[in-house]
Amino acid sequence: MSIEKYTRSFLKEVEERVEEGHWVKMCMQCGVCAGSCPLGAHWEHTPQKIFMMIRAGKREEVLSSDSMWMCTSCYQCIVRCPRKLPITHIMHGLAYLAKREGLVPKNQPTAQFGQLFWDNLVKTGRVNELKLSLGMYFKDGFSQGIKNAMAMQSVGLGMMKAKRLNPMEIMGGHGIKDKSGFHAMLKKARELEDSRRKLA
Amino acid sequence: MAKKQYSFYPGCSSQSGASSSNYLTSTQSMVNLLDVALNEIPDWNCCGASIGYAGGGELPRVALSARNLALSEQHNPGQEVVATCAACWLATREAKERLDHSATLLAETNEALKEAGLVFKNEAPPARHMVEVLIEDIGYETLKSGVKKPLEGIKFAGYVGCQTNRPFGIDGESFENPMYLDRMVESMGGEAITNYDQKVTCCGGALAFSEPEKSQKQIHDIIESAYDHGADMIVTPCPLCQANVEIYQGEVNKRYGKKFNIPVTYYSQLITVAYGGSSKDAALDGQIIRATRLEEIANK
Repeated sequence: MSIEKYTRSFLKEVEERVEEGHWVKMCMQCGVCAGSCPLGAHWEHTPQKIFMMIRAGKREEVLSSDSMWMCTSCYQCIVRCPRKLPITHIMHGLAYLAKREGLVPKNQPTAQFGQLFWDNLVKTGRVNELKLSLGMYFKDGFSQGIKNAMAMQSVGLGMMKAKRLNPMEIMGGHGIKDKSGFHAMLKKARELEDSRRKLA
Repeated sequence: MAKKQYSFYPGCSSQSGASSSNYLTSTQSMVNLLDVALNEIPDWNCCGASIGYAGGGELPRVALSARNLALSEQHNPGQEVVATCAACWLATREAKERLDHSATLLAETNEALKEAGLVFKNEAPPARHMVEVLIEDIGYETLKSGVKKPLEGIKFAGYVGCQTNRPFGIDGESFENPMYLDRMVESMGGEAITNYDQKVTCCGGALAFSEPEKSQKQIHDIIESAYDHGADMIVTPCPLCQANVEIYQGEVNKRYGKKFNIPVTYYSQLITVAYGGSSKDAALDGQIIRATRLEEIANK
């Protein structure tokens, strides 16, 4: 599906391609979400602005905004929204669409961490916290990685002393038994969703 | 056989050598003391947590939870799924809610599960948090009646956090000021700081890692308010809240010029100690900031 088809109706695109996107039109622009967000001071656009921009067809500006990536998944906006919009989920969905369309701001740290987290859990079926931490420290290269790891050394040592971080996890660590079934399941799920949401 | 049987979803961070392994150890001690059996879902996988949205999209994430639920239906039939981790509970409950509401999503999920030789029948009720088992299935009065060593003289700031509170929360509790954690503390003979004003503030979640400077402001406020209200320690039901608020105190001190050094414990540790368990049973050796007041009671 070509993007041009959607440019005049970004709202329609969001309704079809973003999880819980059909709720966007219900926003009444009260701004309670913006006032409730713990990272509200750091949003480029508040949620209600994002929703109005979607209705105004500002596709590029919405999908390249850093706003969705500030979501901590605290669900404060959901429980306070007088129209009951699942705002957290819409933000997650917009972020995912932005990623699939290649419009995420460059070096967005939460986008990078989110992808590292997903790749990490997919590999063995369970999260390997040691590899996840190291992956994040070393995302900008080896020398920056060493600096990051050194800066966080006392945190890491404290965790190891309390037996809540195991250096041996680097060897592989925990995982599920049926990895092949698990991988086949996720591959199929992605194919089905890509086809339904025209993401491929 | 234990009185109550549940299908247990422990979650990645609870595994040995992982960040909330002390939560699992103390939970196991707690349920033994309460005569509750947790039957682990065989070969369970990660729930995707919240941050999984970035790489996973919707259906693959729902499939993660559906696989766990399908395994639970198959191996622990008739048992309710119980999670101790806030994110595990939330993701599992959320997935089921979506599958209940969308025939398309349910059909696609089962098509994906077929690849792993599984089927999700959607027979069981929504997943529950361990806190619900304690306060709804057992109840505050019964919990209180088993206390051997009351946590006398310890002041607790009950830090509920986000995901055990929103969007589902605990029945009968408000999102803005849930009281269940305070009531659990009081049932154990401790002193709950009921006007602790940061009890539902977000710790930053996964962004503690990716956006440390933004998240540490949250962590700072959560800890400072606990001090301002005279707390001896913080108690929480969430493994990520616990980790973020405990392990970054040194970083927060550097950034804000503070001298914070307050223990952050789990309700399961409080109950284990109050029920007469040892420091080891309560996994107090898993604290980075030692909870010495609890250790003293445990060692009495």
